[in-house]
Amino acid sequence: MKKFLSLAMAAMMAVSMTACGSSSAPKDASSDAADKTSTEASSDATFKIGGIGPITGGAAVYGLGVMNGAQLAVDEINAAGGINGYQVEFNFQDDEHDAEKSVNAYNALKDWGMQALMGTVTSTPCIAVADKTAADNMFQITPSGSAVPCIANDNAFRVCFSDPDQGAASAKYIGENKLATKVAVIYDSSDVYSSGIYEKFASEAANQGIEIVAAEAFTADSKTDFSVQLQKAKSAGAEMVFLPIYYTEASLILAQAATLDFAPTFFGCDGLDGILNVEKFDTSLAEGVMLLTPFAADSQDELTQKFVSAYKTAYNETPNQFAADAYDAIYAIKAAMEDGAVTPDMSVSDICDAMKASMVKISVDGLTGLGMTWNESGEPSKQPKAVKIVNGAYTAM
Amino acid sequence: MDNKKMKKTTKSSIITYAMVIAVYIIVEIMLKTGSMSSLMQGLLVPICVYIILAVSLNLTVGILGELSLGHAGFMCVGAFSGAFFTKVMAEIIPNVGVRLFFAILVGAAVAGLFGIIIGIPVLRLKGDYLAIVTLAFGEIIKNIVNVLYVGKDSVGLHLSTKDAVALKLAEGGEVIINGAQGITGTPHASTFTLGIILILVTLFIIMNLVNSRTGRAIMAIRDNLIAAESVGINITQYKLLAFAISAALAGVAGVLYAHNLSTLTALPKNFGYNMSIMILVFVVLGGIGNIKGSIISAVILTLLPELLRGLNNYRMLIYAIVLIAMMIFNSSPKAIELRMRLVEKFCIRKKKGAA
Amino acid sequence: MTFISYLINGISLGSVYAIIALGYTMVYGIAKMLNFAHGDIIMVGGFAVFLSVNSLGLPPLVGVLIAVIVCTALGVTIERVAYRSLRGASPLAVLITAIGVSYLLQNLALLLFGANTKSFSSVVTVPAIKLAEGQLTISGETIVTILSCVVIMIGLTTFIRKTKAGQAMLAVSEDRGAATLMGINVNGTIALTFAIGSALAAVAGVLLCSAYPSLTPYTGAMPGIKAFVAAVFGGIGSIPGAMIGGILLGIIENLSKAYISSQMADAIVFGVLIIVLLVRPTGILGKKIHEKV
Repeated sequence: MKKFLSLAMAAMMAVSMTACGSSSAPKDASSDAADKTSTEASSDATFKIGGIGPITGGAAVYGLGVMNGAQLAVDEINAAGGINGYQVEFNFQDDEHDAEKSVNAYNALKDWGMQALMGTVTSTPCIAVADKTAADNMFQITPSGSAVPCIANDNAFRVCFSDPDQGAASAKYIGENKLATKVAVIYDSSDVYSSGIYEKFASEAANQGIEIVAAEAFTADSKTDFSVQLQKAKSAGAEMVFLPIYYTEASLILAQAATLDFAPTFFGCDGLDGILNVEKFDTSLAEGVMLLTPFAADSQDELTQKFVSAYKTAYNETPNQFAADAYDAIYAIKAAMEDGAVTPDMSVSDICDAMKASMVKISVDGLTGLGMTWNESGEPSKQPKAVKIVNGAYTAM
Repeated sequence: MDNKKMKKTTKSSIITYAMVIAVYIIVEIMLKTGSMSSLMQGLLVPICVYIILAVSLNLTVGILGELSLGHAGFMCVGAFSGAFFTKVMAEIIPNVGVRLFFAILVGAAVAGLFGIIIGIPVLRLKGDYLAIVTLAFGEIIKNIVNVLYVGKDSVGLHLSTKDAVALKLAEGGEVIINGAQGITGTPHASTFTLGIILILVTLFIIMNLVNSRTGRAIMAIRDNLIAAESVGINITQYKLLAFAISAALAGVAGVLYAHNLSTLTALPKNFGYNMSIMILVFVVLGGIGNIKGSIISAVILTLLPELLRGLNNYRMLIYAIVLIAMMIFNSSPKAIELRMRLVEKFCIRKKKGAA
Repeated sequence: MTFISYLINGISLGSVYAIIALGYTMVYGIAKMLNFAHGDIIMVGGFAVFLSVNSLGLPPLVGVLIAVIVCTALGVTIERVAYRSLRGASPLAVLITAIGVSYLLQNLALLLFGANTKSFSSVVTVPAIKLAEGQLTISGETIVTILSCVVIMIGLTTFIRKTKAGQAMLAVSEDRGAATLMGINVNGTIALTFAIGSALAAVAGVLLCSAYPSLTPYTGAMPGIKAFVAAVFGGIGSIPGAMIGGILLGIIENLSKAYISSQMADAIVFGVLIIVLLVRPTGILGKKIHEKV
């Protein structure tokens, strides 16, 4: 009984804290947007776009990038008069990179009145949420959910390349440009993205005359020391090391390769983008690294430069590829909404049907590709750019 | 004396069942009248999963008195074996409900088997060493599941620990467990009603065990191992029994979990030591050995981070602070004393008011 | 030759585990609690050095000093606020509170420093040693880490054996009640233990980040768990055991990556731990050493 009472009291405490917290909390997107609405648009109706991704936990760096990039796009759109004359509200929810939490976040957004979903950021949660959006016929575009089943349903689209596409494209690029014949791979066997790319790369490599001399894995639980993997690649005589991983681990790999006096060409995918912006990273270590990425933060085109400077002003950081994908995702939503002439008073399902039909017609000039188009399956059509790091900056190849 | 005690435990059990059923009825009414938010609807099955996990871990921690940090490992085993069964049997048993029923049995059996295999060596150890070994087993399970590739084609099942290509599937074959990418496309079969039924089954098993001769033997081992041994209780057998039942029930929770989401991967977040610790938090906060407490704290702590969603970035920070505050409030000797005094005061005043 | 090189790499990794395990084992031995927040204090130490050296431009040694001060203060504060009020409560309650503190530190760091990886420039200036015509490299960080481990190990053992405060610690770890009766300030002694443990965490943080130069709010979590495993491996509570356990763990991890399977390395490490504990249920040095701290 005592225990029961104490638990009840604890619960009350928790609930009262929630109550205090939530009253002061929504001071970000929604209140800003609401202020603008009252002055700019005559109607009170707004589009409600939801976002889901990890903003706490080990994958927070990706979720935060997406949240900030999307917020930037929403603010720009609102400043320019909104979509179809209506202002946009954006609400981003945390999923801690967990499928179950992601579904909770989706449900919370549904309660909020979400009309289209920009998310989720990571693949595994995305697959779980895609199942729910299909059931509700909610329009979904994922900025970075790259696993194949993320967009299995016809209401789901994505901005990034799929994992197999990246694996195949990397192998083709290496093979066609005769960059190397003996390749070692270091990948994260506990990660969907990394193992997905590796698998396709391995099967495509055979067609391209590339010999995989070492395929070494690491896991989320042991990702600090890569000396063994590098040593094995070195002993196997690899001319190139393929890194289908994220830049955090890659920065460690490069540093450890340098201490081992091992200097092959390193080749990576879009996950490697951001390596030059790691705070205080010795960029000379990344000299000569090649990567296939749709986005480069120091690209010279006007759109990218404008985005990067706006992002830096707003968040005091250099945007990574995730932020760019999210920015494009919001603009894709805008384009599809305009093409489908949707209005906020339509039902979620009607909005989705209209946007689905429009998605295959629109073309978006985004940060991650000019003239991006989508097909029925939801895959984007855009060119990956191969870049090489020369003198601490990306150079087109 | 004995008779009275029996009555007391029976009464307590009935209250627990009644509590669960009452909540079920209230929730069902809310669902029917449509007065429940989508967030809450989505949380119903996960809450059932966590209640089963908390109650089953309480058997190991509270009744058996051994600290286990590998409970998520058993959940993982149950989830993967259950989901695997559902996928493989898709053609043989077309009815989803029937398949899920068998999947739950399979999940429980496999997890229970793992409980026995792991329990035999582990239960020889004591205290923190036992805790670390269970943690180690949990991590081993997660690691192995992440490199497991199983496919099915016309010939039969193929198994590999290298990659999906090494399965050498024939034309039309399907990869069922795809390493780190896990199992995708498990049917959505878990429902709140099923969850409640499984909670009641779990409660039935555990409360009957606790109040039986076996349960008293297990508690005797917890309270004084040497004394228990001296009266002829077979220590290993009873310890193993409790541990295996606890594991099997965690496996049931795992199956329920796997059929609630269309994707199943063994990430550190859902099947790593973090999850084991979270379940332990439910048990400790609810009161070690207190079944009702486990249920209530599992509900509160699952809802808490969701209710804090409005706080955005500060959500997990506040959660951590609330967790620490709750622990101190609940367990600190001084806080308990203070609380008792408050309760006393309150009760006396109430009595006076009544008079 | 490659075997020796794997071995050396294993020792480098193990030396980092060892230095973290020293702090773990110290706190465990005396306060009898698993301080799950230890790994996160390491992370705080890393950030303290990163901010003072890389952002404020202070010399590395000053940075290390700042980290030690920050972590010591943090450790004592945590002990005072969270753990002391739970003295006398069930050990599990304390364990859960430690986990709460760990979440708190991680999320606080996430809000203060952001999730982006910071590249930590090494504070170690010792040059690497090259052997066998450059085929074998022992990095400066490894040399410094191992030396620090040995120094700390000897220092701690001497402190506990020879000083009054150390004897008090020993007494508190043996029997808290009896220690109180003997006029030992138990609260003060445990606070001192936390202060020393956290200072060690700061040093470990600096060396961890120097050897593996990437810093995020979650940097400390996994090495913390591994170091805990190392401490148990060597016999938790035993100071030399922590060092041996740490280095062995590093070697096993790297050799299994090299010769068995890089995917299954974690499983193998934990498997070896289980076997060791089954053969020697209190770890390698758990029973032999009587002066448990």
